[in-house]
Amino acid sequence: MLRSHFNHHHLCVTRRQFLRTTTAVVGGVLAGCTDSGGVPGARVTLTQWYHQYGEAGTQEAVLRYAAEYTRRYPDIAIKVVWVPGDYGTKLSTALLTAGGPDIFEDALTFPMVGASQVVPLDDLFTPEIRREFSAPDLAANTVGGKIYGVRMIDDTGLLYYRKSLLQAAGIEPPTTMDALISAAKRLSSGDRKGLFVGNDGGISALLTLAPWSAGSEFLSDNRIVFDTPRTAAAYERVRELIASGALLIGAPTDWADPSALIQGLTAMQWGGLWSYPAIYKALGDDVGVVPWPELDDQGAPVTFAGGWSQMINAQSRHIDEAKRFVRWMWLENGALAQDWALSYGFHVPPRQSIARNAAPLQSGVPAQAVRIVQQHGRLLPPIWNSAMTTALSDALTNIIQKGRPAAPEVAAAARKCERELERSLE
Amino acid sequence: MSSLSSSVARRPNADRSATIAFWAFISPALIGLTLFTLIPIGWGFLLSLSHAQNTIHFTHFVGLRNYIDLLTDEEFLRSLATIVVFAAFIVPLTYAASLGLALMVNRVATGRSFFRTVFFIPSAVSYVAASLIWRVSLFNGLSFGFANHLLSLIGLAPIVWIGTANPPWYWLVLVTVRLWLQVGFFMIIFLAGLQEIPSSLYEAAAVDGADPGWQMLRHITLPQLRNTSISVLLLSLIAAFQAFDEFYSVLGSGGSANGNISLARPPLVYLYSLALSNQDFGRGAAGGFILTGLIVAITLIQGRIVRFGEADP
Repeated sequence: MLRSHFNHHHLCVTRRQFLRTTTAVVGGVLAGCTDSGGVPGARVTLTQWYHQYGEAGTQEAVLRYAAEYTRRYPDIAIKVVWVPGDYGTKLSTALLTAGGPDIFEDALTFPMVGASQVVPLDDLFTPEIRREFSAPDLAANTVGGKIYGVRMIDDTGLLYYRKSLLQAAGIEPPTTMDALISAAKRLSSGDRKGLFVGNDGGISALLTLAPWSAGSEFLSDNRIVFDTPRTAAAYERVRELIASGALLIGAPTDWADPSALIQGLTAMQWGGLWSYPAIYKALGDDVGVVPWPELDDQGAPVTFAGGWSQMINAQSRHIDEAKRFVRWMWLENGALAQDWALSYGFHVPPRQSIARNAAPLQSGVPAQAVRIVQQHGRLLPPIWNSAMTTALSDALTNIIQKGRPAAPEVAAAARKCERELERSLE
Repeated sequence: MSSLSSSVARRPNADRSATIAFWAFISPALIGLTLFTLIPIGWGFLLSLSHAQNTIHFTHFVGLRNYIDLLTDEEFLRSLATIVVFAAFIVPLTYAASLGLALMVNRVATGRSFFRTVFFIPSAVSYVAASLIWRVSLFNGLSFGFANHLLSLIGLAPIVWIGTANPPWYWLVLVTVRLWLQVGFFMIIFLAGLQEIPSSLYEAAAVDGADPGWQMLRHITLPQLRNTSISVLLLSLIAAFQAFDEFYSVLGSGGSANGNISLARPPLVYLYSLALSNQDFGRGAAGGFILTGLIVAITLIQGRIVRFGEADP
């Protein structure tokens, strides 16, 4: 009886109680979902998105920069959002809504400008500031003559080689494709392969490098221009490289990670400058770098001039404040820009005055890397898109994996890219 | 009389209260379905008729152009061919393996629950985690990869499992990972079907002198499992057409990361890259509708051929 009374008393809920509780719970959940984003005490709160950098200390660094800004300008708070996982998809989805970040890092694409997602930043680029940035860094952030992004870090690729292994085999660091294929073959022995350019045999890493090394371009004045015999010849040499049997394929990690070189699975590896701290830690001075070798006498050594740029969301309600922050952080404050590029991972600071004077970039591999990217750095313009990359990757797969003739494959990819370009320009 | 009149008088109230109760119970599901399924489908359809680049608004109506573009796009058509090849491998293999396992587990006298659980556990594993284990540990191209180690024990040279078109060993990786992941689930469906078969049929057959092995399987078990078999075939076929995770995780995402996906790109990976990497939501949505139409058509044809839903013989 007592038990029954107890149950009745506690478990029977009237409709009114049920509704009240449900409303409170649902209201609470919804309130939790909508984030006003305001920081107490600040007149304006700017939301700033970063992708999750792998290097230790980076998240603390950006929080420190944000706090420093608020200390100087107490009415502005910077709310840093550190985004793990597929940053590109999360960012582009957020930019479609009114709830996107005020400031974010990304690589500029042509449709972002077409869809009015980003703000022109030309007023931040005074003639002195403009001179500070390399031509590729400005080109990567320019559409229709306007600049939409401020380069934060420059990343580049290098052909790493084990000095001791090359010396033992009596091989000079390769500077032509012939020399590279020959070196890769001679350096293959037992479980160690001569060269690693990715587990896809170079389809992604050499997609642009190979034609560039032949002197080809991809886009010029909004026209597709890679359908040339030189591009086809460059891809045929990649096929030769794969057929040599000297390429490492099927490694646990890909070319962007230095493990294959460090673990001795390969004597040479195409890799990123960002990997240099780990490579130096493991191999010390037994590593040298060269750019990707030229195809032949008519070609040129190349690398990519990549990196991240800071942009401002056109839907932000605080565009002026966001611009002021971007100017302070990336264009006025050299110490912070250098700290960001060199204290955690390893990147080249885009502002040439900083790169010239930064101590870690004065000697050895880093100094060579700076020279290589400045002399040989190439990039695809913002109008190049991933559908074009897909078309070209399929062509390269057909050429190097399925043994199809290169010229018709390159021509078919060019036609597909032209259709994609037309769509983009609509 | 008085009680009748009072009940008649009360009925409108009772009806009203039943109606209120009906809507109160149905509305949460209905609101959820409308908000998260029906509106997105309708929105997606309108997007598929628009040039929606970096936008989800339909400001630029283009009619059926996105559909025509995709149906004349060699890459998309090749992705459809890829998924048909994949389904041609995975569906019969899943059918045979899950039926075989179910027959074996059903015959085990002791420890049946143990085996049922052991075989079912892979169904709870994430496709991404399993794909990474397949790619990095079991089928890496080095001599210390598990598969290559086994080959070395019988004196064979290591094989590059993923990353060569000739021979296309990557199919072995893609098919085995899905087989391992889904076979336990379909085994459970077959087990349920097997337990529905009346034992009197087997007893009668035994009295008539039927061979307890092949004859009973051929003339009792398989015919009795007809509807279960059709369900397994349909479900595994639909799942195969929606394949994404293992292709993306084993062959890479394309772009600067890994270009092996060009070897075998299923339609969902193609559409993902089109809609989310390239932000072309118009063509992405059109591709989604084409794929849905294809799955519905194949399911209907298959259902018609095998006369799904008819009573067991």
